[in-house]
Amino acid sequence: MNGIHDMGGMDGFGPVVVEKDEPVFHHRWEGSVRAIMRQTVGRFYNLDEFRNVVERMPPEEYLRASYYERWLHALETLMVQRGVITLEELRSGRANGPSIAANIKHEPRPELIARFSSGDNVVTRNLNPTGHTRLPRYARGKRGVVRTVNGPFLLPDSNAHRGAKVWEACYAVEFTARELWGDRASSIDRVCVDLWESYLRSEEGES
Amino acid sequence: MTKHDHHEHGDHSHHPEAPSDIEARTLALESLLIEKGLLTSEDVDRIISAYEHDIGPMIGARVVAHAWVDLDYRARLLNDGPAAIRELGYDYPASTGLAVLESTKEVHHMVVCTLCSCYPWAVLGLPPTWYKSAPYRSRAVVEPRKVLEEFGVALPADVSVNVWDSSSDLRYMVLPERPEGTEGWTEEQLAAIVSRDCMIGVARPQVPAEANR
Repeated sequence: MNGIHDMGGMDGFGPVVVEKDEPVFHHRWEGSVRAIMRQTVGRFYNLDEFRNVVERMPPEEYLRASYYERWLHALETLMVQRGVITLEELRSGRANGPSIAANIKHEPRPELIARFSSGDNVVTRNLNPTGHTRLPRYARGKRGVVRTVNGPFLLPDSNAHRGAKVWEACYAVEFTARELWGDRASSIDRVCVDLWESYLRSEEGES
Repeated sequence: MTKHDHHEHGDHSHHPEAPSDIEARTLALESLLIEKGLLTSEDVDRIISAYEHDIGPMIGARVVAHAWVDLDYRARLLNDGPAAIRELGYDYPASTGLAVLESTKEVHHMVVCTLCSCYPWAVLGLPPTWYKSAPYRSRAVVEPRKVLEEFGVALPADVSVNVWDSSSDLRYMVLPERPEGTEGWTEEQLAAIVSRDCMIGVARPQVPAEANR
């Protein structure tokens, strides 16, 4: 979805503020949220689902919330959605019975089958799905070159919605900064983005 | 259980709400999962302690220092990051890959995750707040040189900046260039000048002025 999380290239957020001698966790609860996520991801939900729930927060809430608040929101949402806990239990803080959630089934990673090779010229598709995607807005409809071939990884666009498990090659695609940003960018700078095969077509024009 | 902890330092625009409500929600979720036998408080303590003490940029720094003194190791690291990390006795999860980007005199690498905050935590620990913040995520891809300047890195116009937006299951770590004036240093001495920010690509290793070793 074209959400607030897709921030690459936006202006107006101000300078990068660095906190000196920042602790790993500012509060104990942040560590708890991290730990709960570690112990439940891949068991009751996958990482793409988790990201998708975070991305669906209303934009003003997303911006107001701290990083681990977003995580807490996603954990509460997914735990209830998956039947690990009920909404009533979450409200009361007391368990009424055991979890009825099923564990996710994992399948082994298949062999890599890649349509493109390092050095191939590609064009990113102008995809604007209302669901989850990992094709950033700033990299749509742009010409780039495949730098490395990786994966296969599960296509997030499908995996985030518990759709078919689509294993695809994923490519580090290099764009000149000028292709993405025009004259604002230096002529010698580059941006590389990891892109799944279905985000790409070959430069020759066929689909 | 947890001491109510008021903010007492610096800019806290990223922690704008009173934490008490969030603490209560976290405790509720945590205790429900414990009651249901899906989590133990030992799990929570163990994971927090691991991130606070065991997993951090000292791992990446040791890897970089070793790659600086052992060229065969450097080749293996660039070729297969996870295997090279494991070779030094560290864990690297099977679920994600690791690509190591070698910065040179001609090319400066820098890592961001514009869509969320993917980060090579197995070698660098958990990311700092600025890495997860809107300013860094929005600006790193469009004006990396300005961001680098704010971090104190002034790159000559003829050095190409390569920004890596980690949007997949692959993580990226920068292997910075070994600075001059470190000839004959031990790996321990070298690791000490490899900061977390050097391995994200927003800093370069600095040789302390007094270091005439």
